This record gives sequence, structure tokens and C-alpha cells, in this order.
Amino acid sequence: MEFDMADKIEQSKQSPFEIFRYSQKAAPGVLSGNILRLLLMVLVIFAVMSIARPSAFLTPLNFRSMAFQASEIGLLAIAIAIAMLSGGIDLSIVSTANLAGILAAMTLGAMVTADATGGQVTSGIVVALGVALLVGLVAGLFNGFLIAYLGIPPILATLGTGLIYRGLGTGLTGGSTVFGIRQTQFIGNGVVLGIPFPLIILLVIAAILALVLRRTRFGVQLYLIGSNPTAARFSGINNRRVLLISYVIAGVLASIAGIVILGRTNAANVDFGAPYVLLSILIAVLGDVDPYGGSGTILGVLIALVGVQFLSTGVNMLLFRSSGANFFKEFTWGALLLVVLVVNYYSRHRQARIRTVTTVEQVVEASPEESQQAL
Amino acid sequence: MLRLRKLFARHEMLIALIIVVFSLIVGAINPRFFSVANAFSLVRSATIMGVFSMGALIVIISGGIDVSFPGIAVAAAYTTTELLVNWGYDGESMLLPFALSGFLGLLMGLINAFFIARFKLPTFIVTLGTLSLFRGAMLFFVGSDYYNARELPISIRTYSAESILTVETARGTTSLHPTIFILIAIALLTWFVLRYTMLGRGIYAIGGDREAAERAGFNINRTQWIIYAFVGLNAGIGGMIVTALFRQANPFALVGTELEVIAAVVLGGAALTGGRGTVIGSLLGVILITMVNNSLILLGIPSDWQRLVVGFLILIGAGIPLLRARLTERRIAERRRLEAQASRSGAA
Repeated sequence: MEFDMADKIEQSKQSPFEIFRYSQKAAPGVLSGNILRLLLMVLVIFAVMSIARPSAFLTPLNFRSMAFQASEIGLLAIAIAIAMLSGGIDLSIVSTANLAGILAAMTLGAMVTADATGGQVTSGIVVALGVALLVGLVAGLFNGFLIAYLGIPPILATLGTGLIYRGLGTGLTGGSTVFGIRQTQFIGNGVVLGIPFPLIILLVIAAILALVLRRTRFGVQLYLIGSNPTAARFSGINNRRVLLISYVIAGVLASIAGIVILGRTNAANVDFGAPYVLLSILIAVLGDVDPYGGSGTILGVLIALVGVQFLSTGVNMLLFRSSGANFFKEFTWGALLLVVLVVNYYSRHRQARIRTVTTVEQVVEASPEESQQAL
Repeated sequence: MLRLRKLFARHEMLIALIIVVFSLIVGAINPRFFSVANAFSLVRSATIMGVFSMGALIVIISGGIDVSFPGIAVAAAYTTTELLVNWGYDGESMLLPFALSGFLGLLMGLINAFFIARFKLPTFIVTLGTLSLFRGAMLFFVGSDYYNARELPISIRTYSAESILTVETARGTTSLHPTIFILIAIALLTWFVLRYTMLGRGIYAIGGDREAAERAGFNINRTQWIIYAFVGLNAGIGGMIVTALFRQANPFALVGTELEVIAAVVLGGAALTGGRGTVIGSLLGVILITMVNNSLILLGIPSDWQRLVVGFLILIGAGIPLLRARLTERRIAERRRLEAQASRSGAA
């Protein structure tokens, strides 16, 4: 496998087109088997919920509220997926999101006073959004620096920075909740042409990132680093720079999620969204992002997001009489994550076997003598 | 002189030095730090973290990371308490509670091992999943109510009041609990296994270079089964220690402990990437983290900033060995350059 990869990159020195074709393979097309399987699963969950509780599940209101909930988790899931594509992980996303929300809310509190004019409100909002995005940028840069330039393993680095960002938030607020203003609620609660505004934010960002991953040099390099960092370095890729950029993207996405959360709940505190790290990893893995890096698509993550949201709402509806719905959900997320890991393991192994067989056949076809040596 | 330099070059020595300097500073600011009561309270917290750190240590040496052990500990100890109460168990011995909790922990550890060893899945993601699985299962299927001291089985209640050393102070009596012996036993066992057995060599080998370990003939699958089974057993026992020391069975206890324990082990010189780590280092790391947690209050720093400090300690712990390796590399390169220069000038 690794040699196969190295060969590909060796060839790519002659033709830059090869490297691109390889990335197409790493990022399978829309109708790949895994995506189809995922879609089927989402449809099954949808069907079960629709039959079990049609009066509550199959309503426009329910779908709208699911869209609101899913958007912020979707942004976090894409953030973690980007880090996972490079073979790493970002465990600091929820802390980053909360810190961004807290600082944005504090900025609003300081700039938009009770007797503020319309202009002051607008400038306050612009500055607050800028502050939030800056938090994400700085947090991502720090993560990227620790991982790419100091060489600290991503799990440890982001575990540490997650505590630091969370600690900063706790220190700034004393652990209490800070509130936003009425005018920013549109970001989290607004509806445009019947579509929830946060969903629009999510879809626009997902589309941009899908394009970046598939059509830019950075995207191709990220997949290559994820599949084989050594081969990537020897093919002339600046691994450090690419890794740094990927953690910056994850940080900025997390801060956008923080803005959406602030808009939706009109509040920010450090304890918000504790299970979101697990949920976003679950969604990314379910969406067929390889936790060892190198493969996965934004589309897969989005479909997995829909499935997990259906399931989450479904469990709430089925257990609405029981007080333990949240405990059961926690159990379900864990179990689902493990099942998905195992299913993906088997499907990857099958693909790997098929690929090996075709490679051997090609070698045999190419020349009997050479294949003898190769085998 | 050279030997002294070698001694100070050891990571453990550095941490020990930091501990001494830190306690002198804290003691100078607040003399209460050097009181017996504070020392016993430190030992108490360090016992819990120390027991967990032995499990975390061998996982980290083997190149993995386990975040599920607080979930295992609470699920095992809480389920044990629930079972003993339902059975109306009124024996005096602590053997059954510890054995049962350890056994339940072992079973959960085997679940971790199954996913990690059988499917070669990433350890962090698997244990994050099982953490949620174990906690959710306990809270939903077993229960989510507290057991306070009076509701605990008589054996656990009696044990929690035991003491090996009771000291009278101005503020009342303070005592040292015998659970410290359990920590010493587990630490000695871990130290012996890591240092003197083939299993221990295998754990270091897997962490250092998985491929090379496999070629050298280590059975990676079996080693990983043993590692995660041990972590489960250890967590089950640790959970019962927590129940005894806090005199309550709290299903929501220990949330977030994994981060502090991992911080302690990493600070103690264990490397996620290099098959490095020692029992002494981890215990020193535990002492340092416990002291930091405990002293921020004595120093007058609001506990809100505590997490920030632990976060920085993780980064420092992970960063120091890397910086050191880089410095050593540079020194070697420098020496080579000088040697080359010397030989060139000699030739001329």
C-alpha cells in the first residue's frame, strides 16, 4: 500500500495530472458504495421514525427545528473532519466555539449599550463577529503551530489547547453565562425563503470547502498528507504549512459555530455543548472520513449529519415520557460510533483486497517477466 | 560531574525539582501548605489519580490513549454498590466489593480490547465511544441516583472510615486512609511488569515502532488485549477507592478526570509517540498536578483558571521531550561540524 502510494507520487513528478487523479481516488465520487450505504441508512432511520411517530416526526415544524439544531453540529463535524483528513484530530473545537461566542457576546455588551443608535449596533455586531473569527483564527494557528512545527501529537496538543481555551473562557466569565443582543439572533434563528439561516451558513461553507478539497492544490495535498505524510514530504509538499492551514480552517469553522450558537441561544458559556466533540467525531466517522486520515468527503459528513439528527430527534420522541432520554442517547452515540468503526473497517478491507487483486492483475498483464520480479 | 549532569538530564529529576521549587514557593506564600492536614489531603487526591495513572501510563507507552477509564471506574463501582445494596450484602470484608468492581471493570476493559486489538481501530476514538457507551448504559439501565454514606453497604461504610495514621491538629483530627497501600501495590506491580517482564518489553516495543515490534516477534494482538484488560481491572478498583474515599456512590463522579490523569502521565515523561514513560515519572506527574490543583486555591488564584494551568502543563509535558530531542540533534550536528573542521585543518 505504502509502496503503491510512493510509486504514484514518483510518477507525479513527471505529470502533475497523476497526483490529481490519485486524489480523485482518495475522495470517491458521489455514487460510491459507502455514500450509497450511508444514504440507505438515513432512509431507514427516516422510515422507522415516520412510521413510529408520524404525527410528531413528519411535520414541517419538526424539520425546521432539526435544521436549526443540525447546523451548529454540522459546522463542528466539518471542522473535525478537516483535521481527520490530515490524519490528526482537533479536540479543541467546542472550547474554541464557546470562547468565540463568549468574546463576541462580551464585545457586544461593551459596544452596544442600551441607548445605542442603529449605526452603533451595526458596527458593534461587525466588530463582535470579527473578534469571534479572530479567536478561531488564533486558536487554529496555535493548534497548527504545536502540531506542525513542534511535532506534538494532535490528540495531546488539542487536548491541552482545549483546556486552555476553556480555561480562558472560564476565567473571563467566572464560569457564568454571558448574553448576546436581540439583533444578533437572526444568525441563529432567522429564516430566509423558508430556509433556516444557520442551515444556509452551513451549506455555503460546506460547498466552498468541498470545492477547496477537490479542486485546489491545498485539498489534494491535504489528502496526500493524510494517506502518507512521508511520501507527501518527499514529493515536495510543505507538510507543515498544509497542516497549519488545516487546523486554522478547523478553528475558524469552530468559531463560526460559536457565532451560530450565540445567535440561536442568545447566550454563551464554557459548559455549552459538552457532548459535541463525541457527536462531531461520530458524524465524521459515520460520514466515512478515515480516522487514520487520507480519505473522506464533505458530502459524506453532511449525509451522516442528517442521519444522526434524525436519530437524535427520534430517540427524544420515542422516549419523551422517560427521564433518561439523554442517558439513552449517550449510550446510543457510543454504540453507534463503535458499530460504524467496525463496519467501515470491513468495507475498507474489502476495498483494499479488491485493489490489491487488480494491481496484481495489471502487473501480470503488463509483462510476465517484470511481474515475476515484482511478486 | 558527568554523573550529576546525567542525573539532571533525566526527565524525572526535572519534574522532582519543579515539585520542590513549587512547594517552596507555595509554602512561602501560604504556610498552611506545609500542614499535616494539607499533606493528607494531597495524598488522598494523589491516591485516586495515581491508581488511574498506572493504567493510563501503560496505554500511553504502548502508543495508545484511553479516555474511557473514568467511565469504567464509575460504572463498575456504582453498579457494584447497587448490586450489593439490592442483595442486602452485610459482610464486613472489602474483598467482595473490590473483586466485583474490579471484575466489572475487567469486562469493560475487554470490550475496549476487542475493538482496539481485533480491528486495529484508533484507540482514542474507540475509548471515546466506550466512555459514552459505559456511562450511558449505567445511567440508563442501572440508575442515576446518589448513594450517600448511610445508604452504602456496611463494608464500604466501615472501610471508608478506616485510618492508618490519625493526627490531632488545631482544626480537628485528620487521617491517612489505607487505600495508599493499594496504590503502592499497583505501582510496584506496574513497575515490575514494565521493567522485568517480556510483556513490559512488548508494551514499550509496540509504542516505539509497531512494525519493528511485530517483526521482532512480539504478539501485538495479545499484548493489547492484556493492556486494555488491565486498564479496565485497574479502573474498577480505582472506582471503588473513589467510592470509599468520598463515602458516596456518585454516578456523575470523575467526569473530566481523564484529562488530568493523561496530563500527569505526559508531564511525567511518557510519550505518545516514542514508547517512553516510567512509573516514577507518572507518580511525580500526579503529585505535581495534584499540588497545582490544590495550591491554586492556597495561592489565591481563582479555581476558574485551574483548567488553563492543566492545559499548559499538558503542552509543556508533551513539548519538553521534543525540544530536548531537537537540542540534542543540534548539539550532535555542531560536534560533527567541529570535528570536520578539525580534520580539515589537520589535513591542511
